[in-house]
Amino acid sequence: MSFSVTEPSQRTKWFAGILVIGYAIITLVPLLWIIATGFKSPTDSIAYPPVVVFEPTLEGYVNLFTDRTRATEQMLEEAGPPTTWYEEIARERGTVITGQSRFGQRFMNSVIIGFGSTALCMILGTAAAYAFSRFRVPLKDDLLFFILSTRMMPPIAVAIPIFLMFRNLGLNDTHLGMILLYTAVNLSLSVWLLKGFIDEIPVEYEEAALIDGYTRFQAFYKVVLPQAATGIASTAIFCLIFAWNEYAFAVLLTSGTAQTAPPFIPTIIGTSGKDWPAVAAGATIFLVPVMVFTILLRKHLLRGITFGAVRK
Amino acid sequence: MAQIRIVNLRKDFGSFNAVKSSTFTIEDGEFFMLLGPSGCGKTTTLRMMAGLELPTSGEIFIDGEEVGMKPASQRDIAFVFQMFALYPHMNVRRNISYPLVSQGMPRTAVRQKVHEIAEILGITNILDRPVGGLSGGDRQRVALGRAIVRDPKAFFMDEPLGALDAEFREHMAEELRALHDRMGATTVYVTHDQLEAMQMGDKIVVMNHGIVEQFGVPQDIYDWPATKFVAQFIGSPPMNFLNFHGMVGKGGTSVTLDGTAFSLPRMIEGANGDLTFGVRPEHIQFDDSARYRGRIIATEYLGTTQIVSLDTPNGQIKARIASHEAVGIGQTTGLRFDPRTVTVFDAGTGRALRSEANHGVLAHG
Repeated sequence: MSFSVTEPSQRTKWFAGILVIGYAIITLVPLLWIIATGFKSPTDSIAYPPVVVFEPTLEGYVNLFTDRTRATEQMLEEAGPPTTWYEEIARERGTVITGQSRFGQRFMNSVIIGFGSTALCMILGTAAAYAFSRFRVPLKDDLLFFILSTRMMPPIAVAIPIFLMFRNLGLNDTHLGMILLYTAVNLSLSVWLLKGFIDEIPVEYEEAALIDGYTRFQAFYKVVLPQAATGIASTAIFCLIFAWNEYAFAVLLTSGTAQTAPPFIPTIIGTSGKDWPAVAAGATIFLVPVMVFTILLRKHLLRGITFGAVRK
Repeated sequence: MAQIRIVNLRKDFGSFNAVKSSTFTIEDGEFFMLLGPSGCGKTTTLRMMAGLELPTSGEIFIDGEEVGMKPASQRDIAFVFQMFALYPHMNVRRNISYPLVSQGMPRTAVRQKVHEIAEILGITNILDRPVGGLSGGDRQRVALGRAIVRDPKAFFMDEPLGALDAEFREHMAEELRALHDRMGATTVYVTHDQLEAMQMGDKIVVMNHGIVEQFGVPQDIYDWPATKFVAQFIGSPPMNFLNFHGMVGKGGTSVTLDGTAFSLPRMIEGANGDLTFGVRPEHIQFDDSARYRGRIIATEYLGTTQIVSLDTPNGQIKARIASHEAVGIGQTTGLRFDPRTVTVFDAGTGRALRSEANHGVLAHG
């Protein structure tokens, strides 16, 4: 790899720095705002002018994870003094905790469906991309175009047929149904992206492995896959972000057992008045897995985005 | 170690015919060159021998066993790729040991064997380095190490020096030949560089458009080309062609060019019509008493020799003469051709006519 760049002047560097910092502030402020709101009291969260400095409380998080009811004298007597810190917070608002909320379970649904469909998408996508890249597939170009064309309309355009299909197949409100749906939507993108990455891997590596006494599958598994790690990682992030954030299908096709977090979080407002801190707390927790996943794979992601830009 | 026999081998890619009915035999321990211009089918032939490509028809025997349809992994051969194809995610040691690992060799034995090979190639100091930062020569050595570590039946090399600097190529070519002599393994080597082929090969197959043009030892191929293609492809500058219309009789010993008779080796085959008189540049002498004249149009000084371009009544030719001979551009000079070394070709088919001189060579070509 070799390239030469003219060293930019000091002024250009400053200008670029300010630009980047400005952009970072613009993108980070809403994020920080949501995180901060999660730690505000309900009053602070809707205060005008908005408060920036406030006394943090975990009330939002307590409300997010629990079901509560307005406490009567009799109930307080029966329950006795609060034994845990979260009960104490609830009591301060004149409520008692009656049990766990459904957020934890909805969040787990998101994890199962998001990561499940991403994994499935990677397995199928890598296999298909490898086949398209390496073998003489009949009607290859037409098939590839057909696969791409499934992405040419917004997925929600087929919501009604999918809804009817799911109902007849019994896939409504099931994890399997949502995993299959998100996989179907993401697969075209992953096949195309991964084919690009695999095309860039010289075929000689596999041929060397074949000659060295390995089978075609071993060559794929031991030589191609490690080489394609960058492409797989960046494609996986794209797939996960879609499946994780998807809202419309989730509203339409799930209501209970398989409901994901995005349709659930807005319902928190309805259950106990305008509980913005709880909503913000839900949104904050919801952000964590994708953030962790992206940070873990960021080295690959960066290489993935610039892949093929520099000829080696 | 093995003899390799190719019988009527053919390969089609869709409607494109890459290799047409090739037949030749590579003897055990030979350093064998597959030579030809790009697209001539030499790499396809090699890949079929290695099992990376399946033949459309024909047979490949390695060590007497027909392997045409066997997968590469079962042929017990080693392949050195032009771009080396070292596994980029492994270090040097793991690259070299990879073929042994696939055979399930115990770890300590692998370690010992890899060390042994590294010593032969002089790369013990880089065993634990990643392959990414290696120089071209070291990559080449690692690729060779991966090939020889397993003691395969044969080595196949696809332009292994093509990716190296010109300066380093010569050195690597010598190293490669020395390694071959030491191991005595059958080696098949693909190249488009005729000098490389002549320098390293025990035998050469010259291919063009999927056809084997000639097969033999380098000297025979240089001195007695079977076709006009071979005559032009081998040698720098290539053999000169003087085109004429006339006849050579069976048993004849001369031919007439522009009214001048030139001696030939005794012809076994006669022909009549458009013919080509072929002579190597170094077999042309300047002699002012000669009747056949050429006008000097350019000279190229090459140190010990010089290449002189001349216009003759039968087309432009190049002669290689000693550099101290004075020649003046624009002058005419008499030309003599060494009669023992000339070949007459049929201009239409490009085939060399048989004479007593080239008969022995062409018989097994």
